[in-house]
Amino acid sequence: MANPVVARAEVVGTRADGPARRVTVRCATAAARFRPGHFAALTAPAGSVDVLRHAVPVLRADGDTLDLLLPADPPPLLDLIAPLGTPYPQPDAPGCALLLGEDTQAGPLLALAEQLLAAGSQVAFVLVAESAGRLYGVDAARELTADVLLLTADGSAGLPLGDDPAALLDQALSALDADLLYTAASPELTAAAVAAATARGARSWTAVATEMPCGTGLCLGCVLPVRDADGVSRLVRACTEGPVFDGVRVRWGGLDTVPADVEGADAGGAGE
Amino acid sequence: MTERQDVDLTAPLGGGTVPNPLSTAAGCAGFGRELARFVPLDELGTLTTRTVLPRAGAGAPGPRVVPVPAGVLNAVGGHNPGLEGFLRRELPWLAERGVRTVVSIGGHRLEDFAELAARLAGRDGVRGLELNLSVPGAADRGVPLAANPALSYDVVAAVKAVAPDLPVYAKLAPDTGTVTEVAAACVAAGADGLSMVNTARAMAIDLDARRPALAAGTGGLSGPALRPVAVHCVFQVHAAMRAGRMPAVPILAMGGVRTGRDALEFTLAGASGVAVGSELLRDPTAPLRILDELRAELTTRGFTAYTDAVGLAHRTTTTEDGRP
Repeated sequence: MANPVVARAEVVGTRADGPARRVTVRCATAAARFRPGHFAALTAPAGSVDVLRHAVPVLRADGDTLDLLLPADPPPLLDLIAPLGTPYPQPDAPGCALLLGEDTQAGPLLALAEQLLAAGSQVAFVLVAESAGRLYGVDAARELTADVLLLTADGSAGLPLGDDPAALLDQALSALDADLLYTAASPELTAAAVAAATARGARSWTAVATEMPCGTGLCLGCVLPVRDADGVSRLVRACTEGPVFDGVRVRWGGLDTVPADVEGADAGGAGE
Repeated sequence: MTERQDVDLTAPLGGGTVPNPLSTAAGCAGFGRELARFVPLDELGTLTTRTVLPRAGAGAPGPRVVPVPAGVLNAVGGHNPGLEGFLRRELPWLAERGVRTVVSIGGHRLEDFAELAARLAGRDGVRGLELNLSVPGAADRGVPLAANPALSYDVVAAVKAVAPDLPVYAKLAPDTGTVTEVAAACVAAGADGLSMVNTARAMAIDLDARRPALAAGTGGLSGPALRPVAVHCVFQVHAAMRAGRMPAVPILAMGGVRTGRDALEFTLAGASGVAVGSELLRDPTAPLRILDELRAELTTRGFTAYTDAVGLAHRTTTTEDGRP
C-alpha cells in the first residue's frame, strides 16, 4: 500500500452540492491513488485554535484533481493528507448491489456505483435523509440507474422512513435480489441493513461514520469493536482498518463502548 | 560573506549520545508503524513508544480524543499490546529498521515496572526506558506515582536494579505541585534523565449532552495550551540542577512542541532533547521539519552545537521562578 500524500493542495473550484459544498483540489499523486471509500484529513485554517485534523470524504478523482465534500467553503490552499483509509472492495464477480446512503454521508457511493457499473455489476440506490433538503446525490444517482428509492423521516420526499426501516430495506434487497450491500449511513440504519442483507445471504460493506481526530492511526481516538473470524472481539481503528468494514464484522450495538468480551477489556482503562 | 556552518545536533541520551535531540512523545507515535509512512524513523534521535503495560488492554470507550482550544484532551486508557505483544510484534519491527527505541513502560504497582524493565533490558533495539509515572498507582489509592517523591523513588530504584545498563528516564507530571521534589527523588534513585512533562489532568464539557466530553470524564491535556506550563517545569528543575540541589541529568522536554522555535525555547529553559507529541496528530511529518527549523534557529543565533544552547535562559536569572 502506497503511503498517503501530505500536500498543500490548491482549491480550483467550489460549488453547492446538496446541503454541502463540493470542493475540487489539485493533488495529482493523491488523485492517482483514489478508490471510492477513501477519505482525506484536513488541518484547520491558519489562525484556528484547533490543533487536530478533520476527516472529510473524497467523492471522486478526475485527472489530477480530487473532489471533497465540506460543510463550508475552504481557504484557497488546503493542507491535506490523502488518500487515507480502506476503500470499498470490489466484488470478485459482477453482482447486484444495493447502495444505501444517508444524508451527505452518501457522497462516496456515487463514485463506487460508477466503478461497479464499469465492472459489469447492477446498482440500485436507497437514499435516506431527515427531509427532502438533506437528501444527497439524487440526480447523480438517477443518471446512473433507474433504481433510486428515496426515504425521508418527515415524508417530504419519497417514502416515509417510518418506524421499521429494516423492513423497507429488506423489501428493497428482495425486490432487487441483491447479493451485495454497500452503505454510507448512520450506525442505526446500517445495522438494520446489514441484518437484512445477512439474513438474505448478501455480503455487506459498510462505511463507519465516526470522528477521526488524526486520520492516520496515531491517536487511537476512533476505535470501534469488531468480531473477527477467529471469534475474538477486538477494538480496531476506523481510520486505518476502516472506514469501510465488512458489515458483519462490526459490533453495531456496541459502538463507542468497550464490550466486556473485547480482547483486553478486563485490563481496565487506566492511564492515558 | 561568511560560510554557513553546520550545527552539531548531537544530544545526550542518558550517559550516551544520539545524532539529534528529536524524539516522539509517548502515546503520539504508536509503535512507529503509522508514523513510518511519513517519517524515516531511523532519522529520529529516538522514538519513544506508546506506554507498554504488563498486560494487553483495550483501553477506554469513546470519545477518547477531543479538541480543546490550542490543545487536545485524551483519555485513551491503557490501550496497549501488553509486554508479550510488544516483544512479539512491535519491538522486532522497530529493531529491524534500526530505530533507536525508548520504550515507555507503566504499571499500577512497583512490581509491574520492575518486571517490564527486566524483560526489556538487553533486548535488541531497546535504547532506553521511559517510566510513565502518571498511571494511577494502586499503592496510593489511585494517585499517580508522579505526585509522590517517595513512590517515584522506589519505582526508579526498582527499575535501575534490574536494568542498570539501560538509560532510564522518569516521566514527570506537570500538575502535582511537586515536580522539583519528584525530579530530585527520581535522580537520587538513579534516573539517567527526566522526561518533562506528561499531560495535565483536564476536562471539557459537552454542552449538548451535559456531561464530560471524554467518556472517561477526566483526561490529559496536551498541545500548545500546555507548553508554557511545561517550559516552567523544565526551567524549575534545570534551575535546581544548576543550584546543586540535585545531580544534573539530561531533560527530554515535551508539551506542545510545534516548531523549531518551540524546541529552542525548551532548550534554553534547560532541556537537552525535545519530543514531539500531539503535533504528530496534525502533521505526521513534523519531527524532521522541526529538526530543520531548530537547525536554522541555532544557525541564525550563531550556535555551532545544539548542546551549547541548553539552559542559556538561566544565565540572567537567579531563582527557580526566573526572576533576575
